[in-house]
Amino acid sequence: MSSILIAIVLLATLAIIFGAILGFAAVRFKVEGNPIVDQIDHLLPQTQCGQCSYPGCKPYAEAIAAGEKINKCPPGGESTIIALADLLGVEPEPLDAEHGAEKDVPMVAIIREDECIGCTKCIQACPIDAIMGAAKQMHTVITDECTGCDLCVEPCPVDCIDMVPIATTLQNWHWDKPDDLIATTEKPHETPHETPHEKEVH
Amino acid sequence: MALSNSGFVKITSPHTHGGNTTSRIMLLVILATVPGIIALTYFFGWGTLINIVLASFTALACEALILKIRKRPISFFLKDNSALLTAVLLGIALPPLAPWWVTVVAVSFAMIFAKHLYGGLGNNPFNPAMVGYALVLISFPVQMTTNWTVPYFMSGAETIPFTNSLSVIFSGTAGLSDAFTGATPLDTYKHLAKNETAVEILQNPLFSSDVAGAASGGSASNWFAGGWEFVNIAFLLGGLALLALRIFTWHIPLSLLAALGTCSVIFGWDADLYVPWSLHIFTGATMLGAFFIATDPVTASTTPLGKIIYGAGIGILIFVIRTWGAYPDAVAFAVLLMNFAAPLIDTYTQPRTYGHEKAKRGMPAKLDTSTTDSTSKEG
Amino acid sequence: MQPITLHSFSGGIHPQENKHQSTQTPITVLPLPSQLIVPVGQHIGAPADVIVAVGNRVLKGQLIAQPKGFVSAAIHAPTSGKIVAIEQRELPHSSGLQGTCVIIDSDGQDTWLEEIANGSRAIADYLEADNEVLINRIRDCGITGLGGAGFPTSVKMAVNGKNIETLIINGAECEPYITADDKLMQERALETMRGIQILLKLTAANHCLIGIEDNKPAAIKAMKEALHQVHGEHFINVVSIPTKYPSGGEKQLIEILTGKEVPSGGIPAEIGIVCQNVGTCEAVYRAVAEGKPLISRITTITGESIEQPQNVEVLIGTPVKHLLDFAGFKQEKSLFQKFWHSIGAGSDNSAASAAKPRIIMGGPMMGFTLSSDELPILKSSNCILAPSQKELPANDVASACIRCGLCTEACPADLLPQQLYWFSKSGELDKAEQHNIADCIECGACSYVCPSQIPLVQYYRHTKGAIKEERAAQDKSNRSKIRFEARQDRLDREAAEKEAKRQARAAAAEKAQAAKKAAAAKAAEEAAKNGDANPDESSPAQAAVKPEPVDLDKLQKQLDAAQAGLKKSMDKVAELKAAAAAEKNGDTEAPIEAPIENMEVFEKAVATRRDKVKLLALQLAEAKKSAPVVKKEITRDDIEKKLRAQQDRIDKTKQRFELAQEQGSETLPALQKGLDKQMQKLKELEEELAQFDKAGA
Repeated sequence: MSSILIAIVLLATLAIIFGAILGFAAVRFKVEGNPIVDQIDHLLPQTQCGQCSYPGCKPYAEAIAAGEKINKCPPGGESTIIALADLLGVEPEPLDAEHGAEKDVPMVAIIREDECIGCTKCIQACPIDAIMGAAKQMHTVITDECTGCDLCVEPCPVDCIDMVPIATTLQNWHWDKPDDLIATTEKPHETPHETPHEKEVH
Repeated sequence: MALSNSGFVKITSPHTHGGNTTSRIMLLVILATVPGIIALTYFFGWGTLINIVLASFTALACEALILKIRKRPISFFLKDNSALLTAVLLGIALPPLAPWWVTVVAVSFAMIFAKHLYGGLGNNPFNPAMVGYALVLISFPVQMTTNWTVPYFMSGAETIPFTNSLSVIFSGTAGLSDAFTGATPLDTYKHLAKNETAVEILQNPLFSSDVAGAASGGSASNWFAGGWEFVNIAFLLGGLALLALRIFTWHIPLSLLAALGTCSVIFGWDADLYVPWSLHIFTGATMLGAFFIATDPVTASTTPLGKIIYGAGIGILIFVIRTWGAYPDAVAFAVLLMNFAAPLIDTYTQPRTYGHEKAKRGMPAKLDTSTTDSTSKEG
Repeated sequence: MQPITLHSFSGGIHPQENKHQSTQTPITVLPLPSQLIVPVGQHIGAPADVIVAVGNRVLKGQLIAQPKGFVSAAIHAPTSGKIVAIEQRELPHSSGLQGTCVIIDSDGQDTWLEEIANGSRAIADYLEADNEVLINRIRDCGITGLGGAGFPTSVKMAVNGKNIETLIINGAECEPYITADDKLMQERALETMRGIQILLKLTAANHCLIGIEDNKPAAIKAMKEALHQVHGEHFINVVSIPTKYPSGGEKQLIEILTGKEVPSGGIPAEIGIVCQNVGTCEAVYRAVAEGKPLISRITTITGESIEQPQNVEVLIGTPVKHLLDFAGFKQEKSLFQKFWHSIGAGSDNSAASAAKPRIIMGGPMMGFTLSSDELPILKSSNCILAPSQKELPANDVASACIRCGLCTEACPADLLPQQLYWFSKSGELDKAEQHNIADCIECGACSYVCPSQIPLVQYYRHTKGAIKEERAAQDKSNRSKIRFEARQDRLDREAAEKEAKRQARAAAAEKAQAAKKAAAAKAAEEAAKNGDANPDESSPAQAAVKPEPVDLDKLQKQLDAAQAGLKKSMDKVAELKAAAAAEKNGDTEAPIEAPIENMEVFEKAVATRRDKVKLLALQLAEAKKSAPVVKKEITRDDIEKKLRAQQDRIDKTKQRFELAQEQGSETLPALQKGLDKQMQKLKELEEELAQFDKAGA
């Protein structure tokens, strides 16, 4: 009888000790994890363009968390899809063409200012307030803030907004990645890596 | 000047190169095995040389075939000597009188499965030579363990004649008397230790120089491991030459030998039960493993600290498998097991970079997350 | 002083030095080139602002572009002559991008600016002068680091508040081939030493260490003698350091001389050290003691394709071709190429590239190839290297990485180059960053030792750029998020306010006073309408009309716009009035679009707009008077072009209009308006064309 009691007491004591350790660890080493929606939102490009058919990146992030597909973000393109797939542990899918195509180069909107009639339509359309101006005043795009989402182009009644690629300058230029090194017999003369760096000058 | 119209070459810096090449490194390693091969041939006959030649032809043929299938320039890759090196190492590791088909199977498996299926040179996670060796060791244990010739001085005669070796390798062991074959010293000691004391074991001609000397007419003296010690010393010399040429660093060989030595000294206090440290260090494939197998850069750890851990791990595993495992020698398994661990070791052994207070180790935080942190700090 | 204990940096390589070729002759002054190309962005920081115009005559040493912002440097005319162009030209930079350059045709006189020639700018007692005066002088003279990076010296020396203990002078010159600093120290040791004294005074450092590699005994001797001459032995030490590349890297030299490490991402000043190149010291001396701006430098021209390798003093902006011609550039003979080809050295590709010469700006380890010999020498160009194929063969075909670890041994920053290579190759930026790719100094030692000939440094450069790009994108996306959320908040708030107001209004309307209020408003509005504009307001505005020629069209446009605005405002007032009337009748259920409280605001708007219309009309009339018939030369083509463009635009707008109609979009009225406007414009253009034709006939 007493042996059973001893066993019970021992086990109970152990349970209390380990419970306390676990409880302490849970408090002490608590991981401040982002809720999944914030993590998804963080991966989205924040252009707020609405091409995914949601009114902004956060709503789309919420929808993804609720089971929406991850391939509806053309500005983010393939890299975003892969990052999302990585985060959510699902297979990456190709970009859904229904929502638009990924652009090769980042673009910004430029207003042809002498043609602007000052209608404020584009200002209202810009999701991130990156267009300045007032009614009957000429408008202009804050180029540094523009995400190139295209939303201002459509509403302009006089079609004076152009999307132009961001120019390469000495500040943002960087070296190209060297070509892949694996030599093949198929094109023996084009494989060496220095080929693309040769530049003809006229 | 017509110059301005002709244009100039645009290439990236640096514009000068030290002149070192992969094929040079591989060739030097092959050359460094020569002393060891000579010693093997001297003590164990022509078998090793025949193995190496056979292995080399097989390896080059396999390499060429796979390159052809993979649509890679054949001569470009054959010239890097890596296939040849794998073949030489396998040829050395296999028993001198292993049947020809054992060699062919080991080499083809090493080249095709262990090397090219992973993407060829530089991409294989496991040492191809050891993969080939392990395969045949598991598949053909009899041929792999009993086909070691006994050193010539024990057979009471000269080395096995060349033609005799050829016939054994290509047509079987039928014509070979038992006097020519036998187990290695490590294997012998381990088996004898089950029943005999150290003093009794050392009576065995393999360990007793006097007996061996007497058997061969008194020419041998002070040998304690049946010629294996000379083989190991020859490989040690070759390895030291490579070290001097800076083909690899001291980390892996030294930590491997130190770990193996330490383990065998600690456990070797009871020579009745355990193999003494001198046999661990100077018999079997110890030196070959330490300087030629474990240092294979492709499959080893790459950080300085990682190399030490990697080498020590191999040393400990060699001791463990030799002592408590079923196989007589253990270099192949030890190396393969540590190959598994190499990427993990690398992850946790980054050196401290200039300008950093301590080393960054472990898995990276995601790039974008760290960005948020930095911006939120700034903001 | 105590003997200096030398430390060592890890890694490093010993490439062939090849320095003796260019040290045989003294420094020569290069003959004046006929044309100079002076880029205004030669330094780290913002490009300078051009302050001269095409056609101006400039004198040697005259300021032609002034620094813009704090981190920037002035640019001066390297010789006297005429400015023939200010245009975008390709810069000597790895990117091959263009930048603003001032092109000066030399007049052959090489006349100094008066103040510099007569020495009135010289500060004779520079060691007694105020630090601020010295710093300003260094800034005004456009001094930048001559070692390679080109960081503005005045910015680096403005160390106020930082406790600088050691000044390190970099005379290591570890790159093979380059001997510019070596020759400078041999021939101009005294000037250099005096420059060091000035820098020592500016930094208020306790002592100064001059690090020179031990392969330059003549330079060490000359510097020690100069040190003796200026009696600076108590503060300054000339230290001979072992030859090992890259000992001339700032971080490595600091480690060798002091044993300290510059914190990652930090600058030497954080550990009490300032580092300057010997060439910079000499330039500082010239600027302070002679008043001469940085318009020339010593450049090594060497390589097997050069007949007379040597060091020359060359004006900034001199085309490389001029330098090559002077030193004798021989293109490799085709016979040699054939021989080279026949022995099969290098791949087919390197044999093909052998047909083209290679010009490197900088040394063989870190220099970059030039795409043309028309590019100019910059303040930071310490070497022009024209190697033969045999001398520096183009990189061979790379083979697979065998993880041999030679790069790890060579890396002076204790990185794991091969891990960085794998991460760079697979685009794993996060892992590359974890492995401290940012600490890579791009010295090229890893590529030099790589048996597989992998262009490692290029991989790292790419990855560093890609990480930077990724960061910028992430920053931008974070900002966008904040802006988006702020906008969302604002819209919600506005909607809430509107709703609140509407409710308040509805409540108020039920009160009996509503009618009274409306009536009062009506009276006030009428008063405003009859009262006309305040004459006082228009007069100062009128006075502000600038006497400059006014663009009539623009004025007309503005007037039209103002009139349209006025009409709109008046309409609005009328609308409001109607609404007010409806409310007055007790018809409170009717939706009220514009709040009645705003009535006053609108009335005011009407008044100001009316003023504006008046003002503009006045301006227009005056402008027309003052600028009679100064019409621009317009060709028929111009008009036709405009016409076509306008038609295209109308077509587009029409399409959009139709689309909008189909969808019943809200933008319909705006589109209609735009279309009308465009049609109007088209009509005007057509008329213009007709008139033009008539006039022409």
